[in-house]
Amino acid sequence: MQFGIFTVGDVTPDPTTGRTPSEHERIKAMIAIALKAEEVGLDVFATGEHHNPPFVPSSPTTMLGHIAARTEKLILSTSTTLITTNDPVKIAEDYAMLQHLADGRVDLMLGRGNTGPVYPWFGQDIRQGINLAKENYALLRRLWREDIVDWEGTFRTPLQAFTSTPRPLDGVPPFVWHGSIRSPEIAEQAAFYGDGFFHNNIFWPADHTRRMVQLYRRRYAHHGHGRPEDAIVGLGGQVFMRKNSQDAVREFRPYFDNAPVYGHGPSLEEFTEQTPLTVGSPQQVIERTLTFRESVGDYQRQLFLMDHAGLPLKTVLEQLDILGEEVVPVLRKEFADGRPADVPNAPTHTARGTAAATTRGATAA
Amino acid sequence: MKLIAVSAGLSTPSSTRLLADRLVESARGELAALGHTVPAEVIELRELAHDIANHLVTGFPPSRLAAAIDAVTEADGLIVVTPVFTASYSGLLKSFFDLIDPDALTGKPVLVAATGGTARHSLVLEHALRPLFAYLRATVVPTAVYAASEDWGSGGDEYTDGLPARIRRAGGELAALMAARPARAEPDDDVTALERQLADLRFD
Repeated sequence: MQFGIFTVGDVTPDPTTGRTPSEHERIKAMIAIALKAEEVGLDVFATGEHHNPPFVPSSPTTMLGHIAARTEKLILSTSTTLITTNDPVKIAEDYAMLQHLADGRVDLMLGRGNTGPVYPWFGQDIRQGINLAKENYALLRRLWREDIVDWEGTFRTPLQAFTSTPRPLDGVPPFVWHGSIRSPEIAEQAAFYGDGFFHNNIFWPADHTRRMVQLYRRRYAHHGHGRPEDAIVGLGGQVFMRKNSQDAVREFRPYFDNAPVYGHGPSLEEFTEQTPLTVGSPQQVIERTLTFRESVGDYQRQLFLMDHAGLPLKTVLEQLDILGEEVVPVLRKEFADGRPADVPNAPTHTARGTAAATTRGATAA
Repeated sequence: MKLIAVSAGLSTPSSTRLLADRLVESARGELAALGHTVPAEVIELRELAHDIANHLVTGFPPSRLAAAIDAVTEADGLIVVTPVFTASYSGLLKSFFDLIDPDALTGKPVLVAATGGTARHSLVLEHALRPLFAYLRATVVPTAVYAASEDWGSGGDEYTDGLPARIRRAGGELAALMAARPARAEPDDDVTALERQLADLRFD
């Protein structure tokens, strides 16, 4: 199982000081957070993609390429890459390039995004959101799998004898997760292709997450990719920890109360009860995270949102120390306990390359 | 069968709740006369005010509100009573119905009613409540009941029946629609419903 962090890349004022970081500070902070993730032994760093303030990460592969050069083991991913408004040709090339630079430590999570106005900024029509997601992804898959592509569709100019360059590293396309909060169509798309499904559950009750993942698993089997438990599932979560849970609550409350995504609605206590948000001791975070398995079955990837609500960089780095040193090692052990041997591991470039070679060998023989 | 009333009254006790109770009693009596013993429940939106605001900002309902939404969407008949605020239904009532799936009330018999300090606001029922439920494709009974303060203590006049007679007529209309409606099929679980939506999706 893989553990990591995902970031939205928002610039949010620190409510305790009133200070808002500059874009430059925030971008550099995201890099520091990614490097820290590797340092404390996490497996994955994923960045959002946004094209409007107050968010900074508009150019994920630039950022991930930089991080790739400064890390050795960390898998670089996205949360999410906009399959609707990015040209699939550009996605195919950008992420294949990143694969080469990062020696295969790359996968990506596709999503439709939740910002309506982004469609016209990239020349698209939001009313075609689902259709764009379908057509663009079908093309993206071909660009990574076929050296020469002839293609004609609805939303972009046709391609004739086109070769997307560079070709995926070792002939193995990046693994794709389909990220969704509430759209069953995305669970279906993931199931149809036998790709991973990441349910971004951070603002949703466990019951909703269970239903979405159940649907994906059932459709995954329906489409002939294996048993429901062979499907590849990822979940989110968001936490704030201190040694004593009272200290964690006291320190995080002003951030919760004022954050654009949390504040001015339910209390911290209500939100904690109804969503994965856990504010407390490392032990509480461990116990809460282990309950996710009860909702969705044994799964492959757990990403935590750590740089939320305007927390200053120094605090986020402390949180990552706690996560890497006290929480994730226990989670690795606990999740491994009782995990059936035939539940698939989280996808990696190496494992997928080996599997592909085996299949090719079997075909040749 | 089950009858649900939604009261958006804010005071306790409120004349809005009082009117809701009277309408429930009337509809149940008429249903009993048709041979149906129908349990009823009144949902007080006042008690859900926080939950409604929280749902609006978070996108998901706290459990008590989820139960109320389920009760409304699963009811065989609905009575909706609001005080008149600023020329329309109350904002709390609108916020509650904003949280209900727009398809969930399709075909459901609905009786709309309102309370106000003066009879001059009575057309709110026709200009605000009826269109709201028409949009939701509910079947709104012809008689909408408006109770001004003076209605509670007076009879009819040369233009209309008194409040008790209007309550009786509206309750009768709701009961007739509920009794005439075919029994509902057992609702599918959410996943099955989703799968059906997906059946139309084809890739490649």
